[in-house]
Amino acid sequence: MLKQIEGSEAVAEAVALCRPEVVCAYPITPQTHIVEGVGKRIKNGSLENCEFINVESEFAALSVAIGASAAGARSYTATASQGLLYMAEAVYNAAGLGLPIVMTIGNRAIGAPINIWNDHTDSMSMRDSGWIQLFAETNQEALDLHIQAFRLAEELSCPVMVCMDGFILTHAYERIDMPTQEEVDAFLPPYEPIQVLDPDEPYSIGAMVGPEAFTEVRYLANDKQLQALRLIPEISNVFKDVFGRNSGGLVQPYRLDDAETVVVALGSVNGTIKEVVDAMRKDGEKIGSLGISSFRPFPQEAVYDAINHTKRIVVLEKSMAPGMGGIVDSNVRMSLSGLSTPVHTIIAGLGGRPITMASLREVFEIAGEDRLPRIQFLDIDHAAVEHEIVRARHTRRSGPTAESILRHKAVNPAQKG
Amino acid sequence: MAAFLEGKHAQAFPSFGSERMGAPVISFCRLDDKEIRLREPINEPDALIIQDTTLLHSVDVFHGLKPGGFILINSKRSFDELGIAEFVATFPDRHVCVVGATELALKHVKRPLPNAALLGGFAAISGQLNMDSVSKAIMGKFPGPIGEANIAAAQEAFDIVKSA
Repeated sequence: MLKQIEGSEAVAEAVALCRPEVVCAYPITPQTHIVEGVGKRIKNGSLENCEFINVESEFAALSVAIGASAAGARSYTATASQGLLYMAEAVYNAAGLGLPIVMTIGNRAIGAPINIWNDHTDSMSMRDSGWIQLFAETNQEALDLHIQAFRLAEELSCPVMVCMDGFILTHAYERIDMPTQEEVDAFLPPYEPIQVLDPDEPYSIGAMVGPEAFTEVRYLANDKQLQALRLIPEISNVFKDVFGRNSGGLVQPYRLDDAETVVVALGSVNGTIKEVVDAMRKDGEKIGSLGISSFRPFPQEAVYDAINHTKRIVVLEKSMAPGMGGIVDSNVRMSLSGLSTPVHTIIAGLGGRPITMASLREVFEIAGEDRLPRIQFLDIDHAAVEHEIVRARHTRRSGPTAESILRHKAVNPAQKG
Repeated sequence: MAAFLEGKHAQAFPSFGSERMGAPVISFCRLDDKEIRLREPINEPDALIIQDTTLLHSVDVFHGLKPGGFILINSKRSFDELGIAEFVATFPDRHVCVVGATELALKHVKRPLPNAALLGGFAAISGQLNMDSVSKAIMGKFPGPIGEANIAAAQEAFDIVKSA
């Protein structure tokens, strides 16, 4: 049924259609509307046989989900930013124990400096925790991915994060097609755990493992991710059969056939990129894009197959590894090892800075002329940065950087270039 | 939601600033006949709704507005009194309008919440939405007496702007 609703509300409804049995969460912007929406459905009785557990922190939220999942319940939670960091130990535990929890991340920057707006630093911090990480381009895809995530998680017995851009998706009202309960029931069978804490057949979960077996357990954690590479497209295909639309999968190619420049990105910015690709195609530029839907497992073969024919690759990412550069970029390069195709990184949208068509078109055109540097920060105010570097060089007690940049910006409004 | 009811695609999203009461906030909306993929904030709007006239002299609210665009201002004062008569004169007839939406809200809803009235006014000034779908959208969001009161405020604003 077509509806015009907020992204968070759409995800809450989709999660409820998946019939979770335990939901526990701690509020944090910009994810809060989602768990509020699920809670409302439990309270008004439209989501039956589900317990909402209020907890005192994110660490407790995921710990409760772990306990509930180990006891055989379909479990769900959601968080963002510092909330994800605060639950970090439990994030690794959920994956290490192989518990099929589904968690929404309303992607948000990480402090300091504190910032409530969107980028991908939070999810990226947990990229090697053993969770599957799926990124949504639209609110339709966000709700579809949640339905797929429960099936994927439970078939593999592996936790899944569905990542959706904070505010840009979570707080946007747009048209979505909400499936019926019957459709979701047909797609998602009841949870049949591969391990469960049962007093009638007692065993322990979470044993200490020494050097004699740890490597083998970790090998199997990697193997599980490799199985997901096969299962994610399969589930996406079954989803298409049941619901009649494409959602998820490993990668999403756009106008790649004869493309000489290919832009690779995660999440909602792919919509804006497609608009830029269309505009440049109209003017005769051979450009296309590749959305990466599954960041973990990283689909190295699919990425290679999609873009090995191009002349140059531009990775546009909302995250940055200080002292290294791009994170998505490193993964794309790894997929292309053996090729000499130049790969450029554009760091964009940090802490919610708008990513505009005009700025994208400018850098893509520069890329097309092979004039783009190895790494570039989109729309950065170089004057502000230079000013701060010089200031700090001349004063030992130069004070905090963030406050200094804010003061500079107040007097010298945004400049770029 | 009103545009959705008319079969259009619509995208609405807020821009959050400081998390305190009274801070200036911006919210965006796109209407189209096809799927909206673009996610950038709107820097060159076709239409502008100003909810609070104190913003007129603290923020450059008209920045980027397209020539020949529409402006709806929540105020009972004239363009002269608002100090924007000269600016308004550069726009086509009936493209800029004031409506006392807060007063209409107080009259019908009994609370100073001008949003619904401004939506009615926007439907009238822009011609992009029917008043019928505006009413249905309000009723969908606020069923019962609250929705009805807001529809009354929206309808009166619609009529005022239409006859302006």
